[in-house]
Amino acid sequence: MPGYADPGFDTLSLHAGASPDPTTGARAVPIHLTTSFVFESSEHAASLFNLERAGHVYSRISNPTNAVLEQRVAALEGGIGAIATASGQAALHLSIATLMGAGSHIVASTALYGGSQNLLHYTMRRFGIETTFVKPGDLDGWRAAARPNTKLFFGETVGNPGLDVLDIEAVATIAHEAGAPLLVDSTLTSPWLIKPFEHGADLVYHSATKFLSGHGTVIGGIVVDGGSFDWEKSGKFKELTEAYDGFHNMVFSEESTVGAFLLRARREGLRDFGACMSPHTAWLILQGIETLSLRMARHMHNTEKIVAFLASHPFVGRVGHPLLESHPSHTLAKKLLPRGAGSVFSFDLKGSRNQGKAFVESLKVFSHLANVGDCRSLVIHPASTTHFRMTDDALAGAGIGQGTIRLSIGLEDADDLIDDAKRALKTAEKAT
Amino acid sequence: MIVTVNNHTTYCYTAGKALDAAKPTVVFIHGVLHDHSVWILQSRYLANHGWNVLAIDLPGHCKSEGMAPESVEEAATFIEALLDAAGIHKAALIGHSWGSLIALEAASTLGSRITHLGLVGTAFPMKVSAALLDTSLNDPMTAIKMVNVFSRSTLAAPPSALGPGTWVYGSSMALNRRVLASNTQTNVFHRGFKACDDYRNGEAAISQVTCPILFLLGAIDQMTQAKAAQPLIIKAKSSGKNFKVLTISVGHHQMTEAPEETLMAIHEFLT
Repeated sequence: MPGYADPGFDTLSLHAGASPDPTTGARAVPIHLTTSFVFESSEHAASLFNLERAGHVYSRISNPTNAVLEQRVAALEGGIGAIATASGQAALHLSIATLMGAGSHIVASTALYGGSQNLLHYTMRRFGIETTFVKPGDLDGWRAAARPNTKLFFGETVGNPGLDVLDIEAVATIAHEAGAPLLVDSTLTSPWLIKPFEHGADLVYHSATKFLSGHGTVIGGIVVDGGSFDWEKSGKFKELTEAYDGFHNMVFSEESTVGAFLLRARREGLRDFGACMSPHTAWLILQGIETLSLRMARHMHNTEKIVAFLASHPFVGRVGHPLLESHPSHTLAKKLLPRGAGSVFSFDLKGSRNQGKAFVESLKVFSHLANVGDCRSLVIHPASTTHFRMTDDALAGAGIGQGTIRLSIGLEDADDLIDDAKRALKTAEKAT
Repeated sequence: MIVTVNNHTTYCYTAGKALDAAKPTVVFIHGVLHDHSVWILQSRYLANHGWNVLAIDLPGHCKSEGMAPESVEEAATFIEALLDAAGIHKAALIGHSWGSLIALEAASTLGSRITHLGLVGTAFPMKVSAALLDTSLNDPMTAIKMVNVFSRSTLAAPPSALGPGTWVYGSSMALNRRVLASNTQTNVFHRGFKACDDYRNGEAAISQVTCPILFLLGAIDQMTQAKAAQPLIIKAKSSGKNFKVLTISVGHHQMTEAPEETLMAIHEFLT
């Protein structure tokens, strides 16, 4: 018996894609900090370039350390393979650029990370790709937004900033009726909380900077293909189903029945756009993934306690977490995310912009910065930082109150986090 | 390339190349719930190294129309019809698992028309347990998982058919689901397994083969264990065949978990 009958999540987190190094016996994954790999011969080189042989050529295209990370995340997500990228934004851009060009259209959730919103609303539009934004729970809106040139549906597992849970199965069905795949940003949930492929998503990506890495040390992204979308049957994706003269007239969907997207994304996207991941970054993310399940369980445990504390505090007006029955996604979250809906959420102080600022500046354990998914607890006050130029009315229009605070709950003792928040709330109440 | 066989479209992967009468031809035949793409590295390499390649989708599988073969013999007859339709006089046949039985049966009837016979992950008899047969019919998604668990031999495959970053287990699961879904009339999973289970002509067939034979086996193959090829190997020996046995450290995903070893073994055999 080889002994790999049906390994579970924790075993895959440690072993998928990696085995002891055949040359040195190193048990941990070696960091292959090399730009390139020696060819056995000119003939071998030509075969590698032409995808006739298996191996690495140049680390912008592939690297052994990155390949371990790619296999591991694909295994955890239930996908067929993955591509590691320089950032989560690079993973989103790679996905879009592989599937479409000018004249194409995307239907996306309104509840997106600001960077994704910018990419779709401003930057891709400049390159001729338009996006229609739809509220994540508005299924009729998703359906109505589809056009003949729609090439992608896109949403987040739990959307920014209100933690609206995406009904992946329903949106995937609508996307498939429109002949388009559903891409899901699963950054805030990680595969420990939800595997979007199991609910009908076709592509998944992460900002690996967040929970996969988990330690706030690196910037990285990864896109995973579930291998489920039939590009030929759709008839919309000549990028994958017709000869590409940029790569030996390869027809990607003929080369691989299920892996056409990954083939083109790597052979064109990484090659030409070049947003690859450093092997050192890949190694650090692998280190993070090895404890992903342990960390996520603790994130959820602490989040539950902080949410309960905040929900009962008189100076707190609203806590935006699906754990609470008052949250509009409470029921859907219980169904799709039984282990929890993540540890990044916002709440509103019953106070002014200045009181929000005072709260953040009074915290000692929480770190005031612009990131989420760290092992340390993080906080930001949008009205005085990311959105400080906006008027009160404009803030309200964006769903952000003057006293809205975003938290990313870390792995500290929950009692210490509650104590820290309690003191800061007291200070904020007294502020003017 | 599309070839019309028995009035049905048959898809043959050729690496985008037209057939060249001056080159030898090799036909790759996939196993149950697979298609041409399982051979992608091996077929692409040979297509760029002096061979006409036809990596086929069997009838009723993925891009090929027609009824999925009910028996190994029926599939072998299709191979002969394919060669006729494509205007190929001589060819090497390389088959994996069920495809190895089809290649064997075809080689036994086509005589000198077959130049080489490569049997990858073969067994005879290729018995399929009653439980797996039943599950493939009544709960195919569960059976797909069973088959892939049995087929896997490593959690860390080398750079493989899609290139680095491929999770072979997930890729195979996805392909199996796609092939099953490609035929809405027939459960090609159960039909293929039943064809394997029913085949009785293996030893007689190998005694009729006139070309060199390669047995390429997986040392840790749980689907078609290496020892299960012994009846064919013994018969090949007793009937004086020109044959070679190669065993590599891999499970039943020979082409994707050991792509380089599989390619080199086939290349050396053919040249």
